[in-house]
Amino acid sequence: MKRIEVLKTYKIYAGGKFPRTESGRYYLALNINGEPIANMCRGSRKDIRNAVVFARRALGAWSGKTAFNRSQILYRIAEVLEGRKSQFIEELILQGMTKSSALKEVESSIDRIVYYAGWCDKYCQIGSSVNPVSSSHFNFSTYEPVGVVGMIAPQDTSLYGLISALMPIIAGGNSCVLLANEKMPLCAVTFAEVLHASDVPGGVVNIITGHISELIKPLATHMDVNAISISNLPELKREIDLYSVDNLKRVRSYDVNWNSKGNQALHYITDFQEIKTTWHPIENIGGATSTY
Amino acid sequence: MSLSPTVDKVGVEERVSRFQKRSIKTSAKMDGLKLVLNMIDLTTLEGKDTPGKVRQMCYKANHLHDSFPGLPSVAAVCVYPSMVKLAKSMVKNSAVKVASVSTAFPSGQAPIDVKISDTKFAVDQGADEIDMVISRGKFLAGEFSFVYDEIAQIKEVCGKSRLKVILETGELATLDNVRKASDLAIHAGADFIKTSTGKIQPAATMQVTYTMLMAIRDYYDETGIMIGMKPAGGISNSKLALHNLVMVKEVLGEEWLTNKWFRFGASSLANDVLMQILKTETGKYQSSDYFTID
Repeated sequence: MKRIEVLKTYKIYAGGKFPRTESGRYYLALNINGEPIANMCRGSRKDIRNAVVFARRALGAWSGKTAFNRSQILYRIAEVLEGRKSQFIEELILQGMTKSSALKEVESSIDRIVYYAGWCDKYCQIGSSVNPVSSSHFNFSTYEPVGVVGMIAPQDTSLYGLISALMPIIAGGNSCVLLANEKMPLCAVTFAEVLHASDVPGGVVNIITGHISELIKPLATHMDVNAISISNLPELKREIDLYSVDNLKRVRSYDVNWNSKGNQALHYITDFQEIKTTWHPIENIGGATSTY
Repeated sequence: MSLSPTVDKVGVEERVSRFQKRSIKTSAKMDGLKLVLNMIDLTTLEGKDTPGKVRQMCYKANHLHDSFPGLPSVAAVCVYPSMVKLAKSMVKNSAVKVASVSTAFPSGQAPIDVKISDTKFAVDQGADEIDMVISRGKFLAGEFSFVYDEIAQIKEVCGKSRLKVILETGELATLDNVRKASDLAIHAGADFIKTSTGKIQPAATMQVTYTMLMAIRDYYDETGIMIGMKPAGGISNSKLALHNLVMVKEVLGEEWLTNKWFRFGASSLANDVLMQILKTETGKYQSSDYFTID
């Protein structure tokens, strides 16, 4: 008798768990020939709300980890993804890629994770400064994560873009609520399983699938979301800017080709950092005997 | 005093789960949320309480969120006896009452004369309401008349101040005990019965609150006298508070839906309700960054 294949139920990822959407709604993900390949959760504003609560709750512990430890965890994501390459390649092919380009996409993604893993314990020194002041203070500026970041995954790639935009956010100690690629959502959900198996604490990354058009409003108007990352979606920029006004969210809108090897850089991390300047009283000017 | 009936735990769970399935939306939700605010006993009962902390809380009692007009004040502030005088001076000329815990709160492990002078002190300082704890050790040991006499003696000291009797249901182990303690407190002279001190978990679960409401209802059916109810501890979000209101309305009726007869003992609930009210009004999910730190 022919064995019946066990198909995967694609669900959202929130607070370190894989629930179905609170709304009970679904939509079909199609391949390039227009044939259905999976039922995806059609997330609702309540899913966004819950995810933001999880992200806020996870933020303290994640940003409070040592930079070195965050680096190890990011490297672990790369390790686990390496071990599950074939599954991602299959999904990419299902979504219309050739085998060789799928392999290239997955391998480049892994390399990109390793790149940002390396930055975790370095970006802070590079961007920080000791500032000359003309009073009896030791004055220095350093980075702090901006907080909960809402991210709309690039809609032109399934995995590479998602990883390229997400890794700098979490490398910098932020937590994230991520809207997956609407038409090619499979890799996002499978990547959630990779995160789940990589010591990334639950709630640091939350992944919601669904219609971008109905989910950006609750995400971008949410007062507890501190920044928004979008890439290659210039048509949404103005709408998101307007939604973000009330709590002065930082909106970073990229127009980049994430598939290019060169599009990885320190500034993608520091785009989601706040600068904190400390005035530390000292006894007399020049008391630190440095040349500042 | 008639014997307390035994409590059907499975039945209680079933009934309580139905209260939690009600969907309350739009204007009913808004009215409910405002009513919840108006029923809160804003509470600070920490060893580290300072006059500054109490002053700040008392200010909040009358100014929940000034940028949003039309909000009620809370029902009362609840503090330790040493803070009553200060709290009283802060909320004078407003509808906010001052409640004081007493009788060696939270353990109640002190001789009766200490408990009496503790209560007398709070009343003399101007407390409108007294939240006493029962002797749970004695209750569990079966010394019901000891517990009864204690409550009756404290009631006498209270004079015009209303007496809330805290059962500390988290230490009573069973719903049968909760029912028994409720009946005992009501017959001994409690104006209000209250679930918990907030220092022990579990605190005000809906099962426990339901059991106590049933005791109140049976007493009312028998005598026509209304007794108040105050769940305290663990009610930290709006949804749970609204479910509690549904339960009160369906078990006791609308007469109980005022802060004269129903209170929430809570510290963090107020901000969650405020955030819900603003969400309902603006359509935008709110952040605790823009509300007071309690």
